[in-house]
Amino acid sequence: MDNKKRKPGGNWWYLLLLAQFVGTLWVPFYNSVEPTWAGIPFFYWYQMLMVFIGAGITAIVYFATE
Amino acid sequence: MTRTSGSSSLPIILPVQNINWIALIVFALLFGFITWLGFAAARWRRGDLDLLNEWGLGGRRFGTLITWFLVGGDLYTAYTFIAVPALAFGAGAVAFFAVPYTIVIYPILLVVFPRLWSVCHKHGYITASDFVIGRFGNRWLALAVAVTGIVATMPYIALQLVGLQVVIGGLGLGGEGWLGEVSLIIAFVILAAFTYSSGLRAPAAIAIVKDLLIYITALAACIVVPIEVGGFGKIFAAIPAQKLILAVPHGLTTGAYSSYATLALGSALALFLYPHSMTGILSASSRGAVRRNAALLPAYSFMLGLLTLLGLMAFALGIDKLPEFVAGFKVFKANFAVPALILHIFPPWFAGVAFAAIGIGALVPAAIMSIAAANLFTRNIYREFFHPKATDKQESQMAKWMSLVVKFGALIFILFLPSQYAIQLQLLGGIWIIQTLPAVLIGAYTRWLNPWAQLIGWAAGIAAGTWMAAVMNFNGTFPLQLGGWTFPGYSALYSLALNLVLAAALTPLFNHVSKAPADQTQPADYQAPA
Repeated sequence: MDNKKRKPGGNWWYLLLLAQFVGTLWVPFYNSVEPTWAGIPFFYWYQMLMVFIGAGITAIVYFATE
Repeated sequence: MTRTSGSSSLPIILPVQNINWIALIVFALLFGFITWLGFAAARWRRGDLDLLNEWGLGGRRFGTLITWFLVGGDLYTAYTFIAVPALAFGAGAVAFFAVPYTIVIYPILLVVFPRLWSVCHKHGYITASDFVIGRFGNRWLALAVAVTGIVATMPYIALQLVGLQVVIGGLGLGGEGWLGEVSLIIAFVILAAFTYSSGLRAPAAIAIVKDLLIYITALAACIVVPIEVGGFGKIFAAIPAQKLILAVPHGLTTGAYSSYATLALGSALALFLYPHSMTGILSASSRGAVRRNAALLPAYSFMLGLLTLLGLMAFALGIDKLPEFVAGFKVFKANFAVPALILHIFPPWFAGVAFAAIGIGALVPAAIMSIAAANLFTRNIYREFFHPKATDKQESQMAKWMSLVVKFGALIFILFLPSQYAIQLQLLGGIWIIQTLPAVLIGAYTRWLNPWAQLIGWAAGIAAGTWMAAVMNFNGTFPLQLGGWTFPGYSALYSLALNLVLAAALTPLFNHVSKAPADQTQPADYQAPA
């Protein structure tokens, strides 16, 4: 895995990680009650969903740069 | 933090609860089990505990799964499980910054920490300060990193005791009376003894039990409460509008938005600089185990989000108004929200399980923190400055003693001083530890910043950050004024900016007057596989 030659252009994958910073730190985007989901305001379910999206992005980058 | 505590004003100090015997027995049984586990762990993946690498890093033998439990149990502490829902209970939406905070730590873990793991593995570095002296060749900068780490860790250990105290109070052992103190001392003696004898193997083994219990508790609560209340809709409907989401900023200020985002980012940057995080990561057996955990650890962030929701649920249930919990809220304030909710919704035996999860959740990070502080003291103060010829055995013995000193310091602090001091010092600890970012995180990529310039930046950052916290009455955010605008934000991040600007500006000057010492590390070391 790590002792293989790195894939050409492999480092570009890391830029994908920036999406997590933008998606969670740009507060005006998600500071709202609507749309609610199962009675849960957007503010809460969006951030909980971002946990999964973030983990997914991290996993993609992990496999792409392995 | 604002709070809505009990309205009653009792004239005399009452026991927090009557002793809840069933919960207490379940709690005691689970505590007994992890005590045995802590001592038995000395023989797990057996190594020579007279070597610091074995006692203090578990021989760097933990694979992906054990690292997941260990680092999860290390970063998501008992105090977090009590204080974050307590903040949600008192202040609402703002407490949810814990979620973005624990999302953005993982891209950082994936990118930076495999490099640090590799270089530390290659050179046998046990602490961040070991790395700094190897990289920059400046023992004073390494000393600054070590001292900052130790000083920032001590109040963090004390806060774990606060978490334990709240749980002991929930069991009915009168959190702040003599019975509560005796219980706390017993728990701490157990912790000190197994840490001394088994080193990092003990919290690694116990973390597995603790994490499973806490997952069960969080999931059960998030299923039971909505059923009892009649759906999430009812819970959120009971939260007043100004607490439900963040206040929208008006006028020339970025208001709650910038506070929220900077608290999340600043806390994330500080987290992995803490010695206990470094110890957890360096004990992994391979670079791949660190990288895989960046994608696997977010499971804990999801759980922390669920636990934060518990604070809102407790608020929706009006739990502080229930007569049986008024006394508890009087002693522990909003920190009693989670224990009260647990007592309210679960049968006593399950409350015992849940309290054990939180109580054990205090011991795991407290053990790792004391080991990490002991490693720093031994390697980077004792051996570097006082006893350079220390043998491996002397080094490991010193670390074992030091782990006791650090823990009993925290215990005395909690027994004799108001817990408010520990909370304020922990806030300052975050501001101080982030000042080691240039040496450790940037150092993992470049040694362009001159170590003397970094030392000046470090000192300025600590002074400015401490001042910002002090003038804001130990509130973490500072209203920075710039061009007619106000940017309320986390003091740690603002003081780090000052640190970086100074370090960068002074680097050419210091490079001119002093010759940079040699770098012990090679570029290839940062990519080296296990």
